[in-house]
Amino acid sequence: MKTNTLKGVLLAATLLGASAATAQQAELTIESWRNDDLAIWQDKIIPAFEAEHPDIKVKFTPSAPAEYNAVLNSKLDAGSAGDIITCRPFDASLALYEAGHLADLSGMQGMSNFSDVAKSGWSTDDGSATYCVPMASVIHGFIYNKDAFEEVGVAVPQTEEEFFAALEAFKEDGNYIPMAMGTNDQWEAATMGYNNIGPNYWKGEEGRNALIAGEQKLTDEGWVAPYRQLAKWGDYMGDGYEAQTYPDSQNIFTLGRAAIYPAGSWEISGFNAQADFEMGAFNPPVQNAGDTCYISDHTDIGIGMNAATDSPEAAKTFLNWVASSEFSTIFANALPGFFPLSNAAVELEDPLAQEFISWRDTCESSIRSTYQILSRGTPNLENETWNASVAVIKGDESPEDAGKRLQDGLASWYAPQQ
Amino acid sequence: MAAPSKQKTRWHIVVFLAPAVLVYTAVMIYPLFNTLRLSLYSEIDQERIWVGLQNFRTLFGDAIWSEQFWNALANNGWFFLIHMLVQNPIGIALAAILSSPRLRFSAFYRSAIFIPTILSFVIVGFAWKLILSPIWGIAPGMLDAIGLKFLYQPWLGKEEYALTTLSLVSVWQYVGIPMMLIYAALLSIPDEILEAGECDGITGMAAFWKIKLPLILPSIGIISVLTFVANFNAFDLIYAAQGALAGPDFSTDILGTFMYRTFFGFQLQLGDPHMGSTIASAMFGIILIGVCIYLFGIQRRLRNYQF
Repeated sequence: MKTNTLKGVLLAATLLGASAATAQQAELTIESWRNDDLAIWQDKIIPAFEAEHPDIKVKFTPSAPAEYNAVLNSKLDAGSAGDIITCRPFDASLALYEAGHLADLSGMQGMSNFSDVAKSGWSTDDGSATYCVPMASVIHGFIYNKDAFEEVGVAVPQTEEEFFAALEAFKEDGNYIPMAMGTNDQWEAATMGYNNIGPNYWKGEEGRNALIAGEQKLTDEGWVAPYRQLAKWGDYMGDGYEAQTYPDSQNIFTLGRAAIYPAGSWEISGFNAQADFEMGAFNPPVQNAGDTCYISDHTDIGIGMNAATDSPEAAKTFLNWVASSEFSTIFANALPGFFPLSNAAVELEDPLAQEFISWRDTCESSIRSTYQILSRGTPNLENETWNASVAVIKGDESPEDAGKRLQDGLASWYAPQQ
Repeated sequence: MAAPSKQKTRWHIVVFLAPAVLVYTAVMIYPLFNTLRLSLYSEIDQERIWVGLQNFRTLFGDAIWSEQFWNALANNGWFFLIHMLVQNPIGIALAAILSSPRLRFSAFYRSAIFIPTILSFVIVGFAWKLILSPIWGIAPGMLDAIGLKFLYQPWLGKEEYALTTLSLVSVWQYVGIPMMLIYAALLSIPDEILEAGECDGITGMAAFWKIKLPLILPSIGIISVLTFVANFNAFDLIYAAQGALAGPDFSTDILGTFMYRTFFGFQLQLGDPHMGSTIASAMFGIILIGVCIYLFGIQRRLRNYQF
């Protein structure tokens, strides 16, 4: 009783003090790993929000992508994290929600703007609670150098066969590295390799859900076939690709030295700024002409509220604004390549981004196979997939062995696969 | 007068020791023991529970964990071996050359060789990655210029070379430290001894092998222990050059990167502070054993000469 009264008095005192000082000036700090986007947040997004809500000040304080999870967890445990938290999809954020660090946002009005698939990245396994507002997805495909294609006389490939014919043509021509990718940093091989072309073989959501349900295995044809494709990539990746890093590949492509770049749509704004040739994009080639195409349209960024925030009302106001079509339009056009997930129609101006998003109409969308549920145990399926994709490209491991190794690892802890 | 007066408590000792003891306890001793304690717990359903030695049983008994652990330990061993075989002999040789009174510009060489030591490992990792890069690096070009292009390999990307390459980069960075320590030891050898040796006909190389080397053996011992501790705690260079997954195919994974990955998590792998602490405790144990072997097995046999 006594402490409650005391708390009440203190609360009242702070409220009075706050309202007396300024007209309830709330300050929100955003935690994010998108340090590339600092300028866009500061120049476009935050001013637009503050113009509408002059009583709320917003600060965007990103950290380095590779350290974000570790930094955020330490800050949350220490109670020094910001009010708004940019959410990684799936388990990293689910763990934060379960630990009570992220607030449940299911009831928030803006949430009705999103489909269940869009919310899947930030909902509990049974879908009962959603704790982050879906902000953007990234689409995988291949970006190509239009000038190089014209010069060598290669048509944009639609099928697997045409794809390798194009690579072969560039290799013979010799002026361009056929494909700009390296294996030094490992993740490109899995993210831009395996999970980029894979959905065509495991039939997108159908295969992904069957794998989670334990009805398919990683040794099944649908899951090994993408590795067979990757095994053929090594020949086209340029000298010393084993030590080529991700920034190396980006630079090789934007300098016009390579013809094809296995990409995620997040590259668009960077490439637009760097490359002085015309670029186009094609979706992952299908096995036979006329097959349904599948793309990886991966839920990548969400944004949620620190449960321990001092100004939950202001944070909710901000999140509701993020869920609005106004934010989607600013965000999608400021960052072409990060596609809004809301149901509201958004006009995109960038031609390359338009090409990527047009696949949503012609192909079936799926998300990366390893992200939901399957990377919870040890060994971690995502890390193993990086490793296996690299080993297959370098020819150190056969596609079948890679599939078997991953399946054994998964089955060692995941009950539906046992 | 002769009363056996109790000695007065000498408060000034406590006062002067306090800052060091407090700071050292706060930043070293407490975290160390807390890490050892954490390794005996595990988290189940958001609750920390006591599991005794279960984590160690997992680390050494579970094939998934133990394979990674032994791989990291073996890599660490190789990392250490290269330092012992390359860094320390080169350091001693450089010190011997530098201490020669006939060498000109010795101050310049000394600084030049020591400078990499004070560079940030991030700069060193990044610079060497660029130097060795197959695309922009100067290594392929330099080899080409002397007609040895066929020797070039994307070293950092090949499993068989990556760890050795990084060890040599680390040697390049830290060779200044054994050099400085040995240099100081060499300077402290009194000229009388060398002159006495000269009278007996021991000059030049023979003087180094027969007089100087035995006299600097204790310093070499200390350097070996420092190298051992530093190598088994290494993390930064590998992380800066190859990332937390220590590629290609874990061929550069050392205990430090393995611990980091486990403790803080990586990509979709969530951090597990308890298994991370278990690895850290194992590292502590390994280093402790290594240092003890040195202290009891070697240092006691070294003779110290008093001048």
